[in-house]
Amino acid sequence: MTTRNQRNTAPPALLVRGGHLVDPVSGRDGLFDVLIEHGRVVGVGSPGSLDPAQLAMPGMGSDVPVIDARGLIVAPGFVDMHVHLREPGYEYKETIETGTRAAVAGGVTSVACMANTDPVNDNASVTKYIIDKGAEAGYANVYPIGAVSVGLKGERMAEFGKMVEAGIVAVSDDGMPVADSSLMRRALEYARMFDIPVIVHEEDPGLCCGAVMNEGTVSVRLGLRGMPSAGESVMVARDIELARATRGRLHIAHISCAEAVEMVRRAKAEGLAVTAEAAPHHFILEESAVDGYNTNAKMKPPLRTARDVEAVRQGLADGTIDAIATDHAPHHRDEKVCEFDKAAFGILGLETMLPLSLELVRAGYLSMTRLIDALAPAPSRILGIERGTLEPGAVADLVLFDPEREWTLTAATMVSKSRNTPFDGWKMKGRVVRTLVGGVTVWEHTE
Amino acid sequence: MALGNRHLLGLEGVSAEDITVLLDTAESLVEVSRREVKKLPALRGKTVINFFVENSTRTRTSFEIAAKRLSADAISISSSSSSMAKGETFEDTARNLAAMSPDCIVVRHPASGAARFLAGVVDCSIINAGDGSHEHPTQALLDLLTIRQRKKCAWKDLVVTIVGDIVHSRVARSNLFGLRTLGATVRLAGPPTLLPEEFREFGAELYYDIGSAVQDADVIMMLRIQHERMASNYFPTLNEYARYFCLNAEKVARAKPDVIILHPGPINRGIEISSEVADGPYSVIMSQVANGVALRMALLYQLIIPGADGIRGSALVEPAVTAAPGRARIE
Repeated sequence: MTTRNQRNTAPPALLVRGGHLVDPVSGRDGLFDVLIEHGRVVGVGSPGSLDPAQLAMPGMGSDVPVIDARGLIVAPGFVDMHVHLREPGYEYKETIETGTRAAVAGGVTSVACMANTDPVNDNASVTKYIIDKGAEAGYANVYPIGAVSVGLKGERMAEFGKMVEAGIVAVSDDGMPVADSSLMRRALEYARMFDIPVIVHEEDPGLCCGAVMNEGTVSVRLGLRGMPSAGESVMVARDIELARATRGRLHIAHISCAEAVEMVRRAKAEGLAVTAEAAPHHFILEESAVDGYNTNAKMKPPLRTARDVEAVRQGLADGTIDAIATDHAPHHRDEKVCEFDKAAFGILGLETMLPLSLELVRAGYLSMTRLIDALAPAPSRILGIERGTLEPGAVADLVLFDPEREWTLTAATMVSKSRNTPFDGWKMKGRVVRTLVGGVTVWEHTE
Repeated sequence: MALGNRHLLGLEGVSAEDITVLLDTAESLVEVSRREVKKLPALRGKTVINFFVENSTRTRTSFEIAAKRLSADAISISSSSSSMAKGETFEDTARNLAAMSPDCIVVRHPASGAARFLAGVVDCSIINAGDGSHEHPTQALLDLLTIRQRKKCAWKDLVVTIVGDIVHSRVARSNLFGLRTLGATVRLAGPPTLLPEEFREFGAELYYDIGSAVQDADVIMMLRIQHERMASNYFPTLNEYARYFCLNAEKVARAKPDVIILHPGPINRGIEISSEVADGPYSVIMSQVANGVALRMALLYQLIIPGADGIRGSALVEPAVTAAPGRARIE
């Protein structure tokens, strides 16, 4: 495996040849060559039709470097709109550099990072720090998400405007649900001025107080305190009503229960500005993964039942759930190797996003085009960022992957600084072979 | 068999045969406590650490006496006297204890799953002496022993009613698993806030009315109700709880004439059990305490002595986790 970072200059021209392009925005789904110049897509054509010599680069001729994409899918780089990069403040778990490197290893070329750092990203200076660090690292594009409330305390609204000017693409108190309905109402209203979504972590603090997993058969058997589905759905219901009242843009993070999926489905049918994302663990794992007090199966919202897993899959299939986002949440070993009650919530996501998501294609829930839509264009639309397509003129962020290649995940060799994955030792199918950001190869997998 | 593989972490998954062997062994040890010299040399030179991260008087004393009656060197550590009070993690404290080469660690901990966690960290035998709301297998085993001494019929003909704060009770879970494995009928009773419907999936019958729950019961087991539950609105007041769930003579009269009444202690007189019942002829609470020592002697002996009669290799180990647990079906 080798990686280069973006400080390597982009070649003036580059041809990605012979791959199967899946670009939902243009509707292309077939064999196409992609020509890139100065970090942007300049031409997409049938195999062999793009001659760099006759396009915008006279004089380059046959010297244009070629990436052989035969047998691979070529897609817009994935946009993971829900990650925790942990910097500033928790660099022992992950840094912006290690997190974005894990991103590109997973085919993710853009990440939106949550505000629960220390200090909290509730002001423009922290926003700017994160953006600078992301640029310095030179792997994935980093789009910070600002806090809804100062210090994530759920009391006073943070300065959305100044943070937007500094570069945030959304606001969220992720990890700390906004309990105060009045604050949520104002946030949805005020955010309209900047046309940014308010991303909500739906967890009723009273119903979920002290709980560590889904409430149900497994929690009853293990003697662990459970979070009922209602702990999520009552908040989703509240926020949909507030979105209706305010006409604000509401985005439901990591939706996990059947009731919530149905509420979003109805809200969309009514035409409300409500979107949603789901994490791969919520459509691959059930609550029984906690058996044996497996702290790598501890996250919020919790793993739920087979019925909920099916609802999330159906929600992704019919577009009720717009996007797949990982909620990449690195934690140090010591925060996971401990009593279950004490263990931190959350798991790694970036490096397993593609193979886990491909399971839904293989099982017939999603077409490949719909999968790529959920991984790139959909989150780009929600965040209002110009990513997620390989139309001529677009930034050349792309991923080349082999959907059939099998490999075994080994936690110890993951790119992230942390190791907290429930998928250690799992046979995976689908491998990112190369990732380009702005026309530069930032990740290349070699066997 | 390897000593390191032998734990008692819970009764879930332990076979009827293994439970029976343990009860038989305990039965043979009951008389030791009635001797003039209450000591056997069985565990001479063995070390047992009672690692109690949560307070306990009865269970800790019982284990300590059990170990000493078998001539083991037994020491007890509580959370306030351990380095955990200085901020050391559970794992680090456990590793330090393990480095001193005990043969068995008996652990009590407020977190569910703590005993299992410990079994993954150290390589001596682990006995779960109560982990959070999960299991308290030795309490259930001594309850089973007490029931078996008093009831001559087959387990499948017994109706056992357990009343109280079921959802938070490790005693209820261990008894439910053990009793169902042996074939008894188990009725659980309490307010719906403390009795989730999911318990049906483990073979229990659920009752919100204690009168119906104890009707023709052979055994009634009362659980301690904790004052803290009021603060979380599981029920309005202890007074109202007692009105519906306190076991008094009138309710006992609905059970079988030879009913026995158990309580793991410590009891709240007048809350979950009236004094007349706790001290009355049906109460076997003191027998439970006495049996606790014999049962724990039996267990320590069988876990610590490799090849001890009647216990096979994996019998007391929690069932192995199947491959890729939790993976949702996908076709």
